[in-house]
Amino acid sequence: MAKRLTKPLVYVILIAFSLFYLMPVYVLIVTSLKPFDQISLDTMWQLPSTIDLSSYSTAFSKLAPNIMNSFYLVIPATLLSALFGSLNGYVLSKWKFKGSELVFTAILFGMFIPYQSILIPLIVFLRDLGLYNSIPGLIFTHVVYGLPITTLMFRNFYANIPNSMLESAKIDGANFLKIYGRIMFPLSISGFVVVAIWQFTNIWNEFLFAVSLTQSDQQPVMVALQNLAGSQVVQWNVQMAGALLAALPTLLVYILVGKYFVRGLLAGSVKG
Amino acid sequence: MIKGSSDRIWSIIFILPSIILIGIFVYGFISWTGYVSLSEWRSLVPDYSFAGFENYLNLFKDFRFQADIRNTIFFTILFIGAVAIMGQLLAVLIDQNIKGESVFRNLFLFPMALSFVVTGVVWQWLLNPSTGVNLLLEKIGLSPKWYISTEVLFGIPIGKIEFGIPVAIIAIVIAAVWQMTGFSLAMYLAGLRGIPEELKEAARIDGASEWKLYRKVIFPQLRPITMSVIIIMAHISLKIFDLIYAMTGPGANYVTDVPALYMFEKTFRAQDYASGAAIAMILLISVAVFIIPYLLMNRRED
Repeated sequence: MAKRLTKPLVYVILIAFSLFYLMPVYVLIVTSLKPFDQISLDTMWQLPSTIDLSSYSTAFSKLAPNIMNSFYLVIPATLLSALFGSLNGYVLSKWKFKGSELVFTAILFGMFIPYQSILIPLIVFLRDLGLYNSIPGLIFTHVVYGLPITTLMFRNFYANIPNSMLESAKIDGANFLKIYGRIMFPLSISGFVVVAIWQFTNIWNEFLFAVSLTQSDQQPVMVALQNLAGSQVVQWNVQMAGALLAALPTLLVYILVGKYFVRGLLAGSVKG
Repeated sequence: MIKGSSDRIWSIIFILPSIILIGIFVYGFISWTGYVSLSEWRSLVPDYSFAGFENYLNLFKDFRFQADIRNTIFFTILFIGAVAIMGQLLAVLIDQNIKGESVFRNLFLFPMALSFVVTGVVWQWLLNPSTGVNLLLEKIGLSPKWYISTEVLFGIPIGKIEFGIPVAIIAIVIAAVWQMTGFSLAMYLAGLRGIPEELKEAARIDGASEWKLYRKVIFPQLRPITMSVIIIMAHISLKIFDLIYAMTGPGANYVTDVPALYMFEKTFRAQDYASGAAIAMILLISVAVFIIPYLLMNRRED
């Protein structure tokens, strides 16, 4: 009885919050579809009278090289950090050694540090190696500082695989490598998907490393977007179109496989 | 016996590279930064001569850094409070067996897939006093100044600053909450789904009203999740950088400045590496105070 009375209220509150969530999306899309001469403050909330895609072509021509940079960065960085995470997770969940819990905790701490606290040495180091201002330098950085989160995710994932499976494989004569290759790796395909989606999203969206370690033509898309938005001469419709283009890859991933994204999010909140 | 030891060796080969990398690039580099923070390196040319705690002392006397501490404190409190309360509320509402559940859930979660830079660019326009939401709010006679405001609410003079809630920080909180509430929502929702149905049934059979069921059974079960949400959001808010960089920058009178931003500008714009390193170390310590007990607690439970 009481439940039936409150149901409309539930919808009213949820719809009110939905409006709050949709407001930026609405403004972003509406503004990006307007031609330059229709951008005026008084009509900002109105739908465009005609749909004009010129802001997208302008934004795209400015951001395209940086979007490519982001892909060159994100794909190898994601694959490598997932692979390392899987190896670590396997050892830390199934081949525990004396002090392995301490090692795990020490690795985990690396995911919470503010990266400002390693940034100055990192720049010195990358300069010495000639990797400063290069995509490989950024890949390296993201692989190293992605180790804690990918290790955590795989460790939690592998912990759910029953030990009895490993025991019987051992009795059949399988060793460390065979168990990984024949049992753990095939069973962790969905784990790889979750980790890869999480890392893809995070590295694509990352800004501090990108802005500190690269310049102009090596910059990933988020830095380019920030430059586009920060320049006074670029019009709002172009900025909004640029924001949407920069967000599109991760947004598409979320729309297509959001379930895995949420699983990654929960797996990354330590307890899993 | 022999096979067992070769397995041991393989397990070391698997994990050793990561241990070395983390050892160097996390712990080694933190020590290096700590060393820089105690040095005289205040130009493009490295100078490691020992300066003691001079860089730290100067920071605490600095108007901008004092403003940063104030802003971080109030940003963190408002942000965590809003994310925890909104996330819990939305999770409970979504969990009411409603129609369109997945539509609402996906809508509240999608900003998590966006970059803080995108969020910053869009909200900068929405909360610009002469555009965006103010065009709507003016119709009901409101025109807040959002992040342009230099007002400090309930300010009392401490050190060189007015200590209180900077109005401009509220604009940043709104954008950050828009982006991050999905995180706590997902965690609370998973928590709600994890509460055994029998527990709820037992309470209902005992004649508990829905409200009482939540107060006595469900909310207490969610307490560990609230703990995790607070810790995770605290470390995000202490480190916040991209959103503010993209949305407002330091702001007039540094009303929207934070240590992460100050570190960046001090190091890369002013080339004052020693002071930048000192800010970074203070930032690290403030995060570690939350995170280390949390990590140790989590380990002990396992």
